[in-house]
Amino acid sequence: MLELALHVLDILQNAVEAGAASVVLEIEEDRAADRLRIVVSDNGRGIPPEALNSVINPFHTTRTSRHVGLGLPLFAAAAERAGGRLAVYSPSRHLLGHGGQPLGPGTTVEATFVLSHPDRQPLGDLTDTLLSFLLSAQSPELCYMHRVDGETFTFDTTELRAQLDGLPLSHPLVYRWLSEFIAEGEAQIRATDSSGASAVQERAECLN
Amino acid sequence: MPKLKSLEDLVRVREEAQHSLRTRTDTNTTITVGMGTCGIAAGARDTMRAILDELAVRGIEAHVTTVGCIGQCVKEPLVDIEQAGQPRITYANVKPDMVPGLIEQHLIKGQPVQEWVVGRLPAN
Repeated sequence: MLELALHVLDILQNAVEAGAASVVLEIEEDRAADRLRIVVSDNGRGIPPEALNSVINPFHTTRTSRHVGLGLPLFAAAAERAGGRLAVYSPSRHLLGHGGQPLGPGTTVEATFVLSHPDRQPLGDLTDTLLSFLLSAQSPELCYMHRVDGETFTFDTTELRAQLDGLPLSHPLVYRWLSEFIAEGEAQIRATDSSGASAVQERAECLN
Repeated sequence: MPKLKSLEDLVRVREEAQHSLRTRTDTNTTITVGMGTCGIAAGARDTMRAILDELAVRGIEAHVTTVGCIGQCVKEPLVDIEQAGQPRITYANVKPDMVPGLIEQHLIKGQPVQEWVVGRLPAN
């Protein structure tokens, strides 16, 4: 996997597989602190305590169709290569109130990176990552927040769905709109020069 | 932030979609892309993007969804095409450059591309 957005997609898919009704994805790029932080939390079935220490071992997997699970180990390697680390928590560190009943204690995956590290992979195409996730057949609710220094792009699928009145996200007119909406939001937080100290601490309502 | 303006936009999208409801039921097509670790590593996200772009260029109204791994990792990216009354066809190793031909043959001419087919489920 050549970009972090692909790892993010993979971790998001784990949340889908864990039966999550609700997922939070936070990405924070902080140039002053030279840090990148990616956090995925879900309210799926969680990871039993005895398995928590071995999830970064590639020969551990919950699957029964084969005997290796590479998603988390690959993400951990990407973080460690770039001066950071990966931590996995279960129960989840977020209270995931929106989007239906939790199935279990949930999981939080938190990866940190040194932003300027030469071996840090580029973030890559977050629009296509988010779209791939939003089009997933099980389609949990997503609370998304991407902060680049002081600028924040955030959305909540429960708000989007409220406007759609039952129309699925996989409808062609909807996914085309979503694709443009996300690309526009992502471009905007990059375009703004936020070198001033007027950082607005915007917090998505779905993050509690 | 484009948020507020865009959210209002969604209502317009919904109304437009409801107008096209009839065409949608007639041409009921769902394309499913495998998006497990194996699919992602094999380039499934780019394949999905190529599918979305090609559908837009051709003006084809099809639902697109993503699913996890089904255990055929070596054949990823796997793409299923399901049309009302037709068998569900699974294609293997679908790279973005194969997508225009696949959509033209399968969705426009109605002839599955046999050499890429790895699975077939009878219509319900």
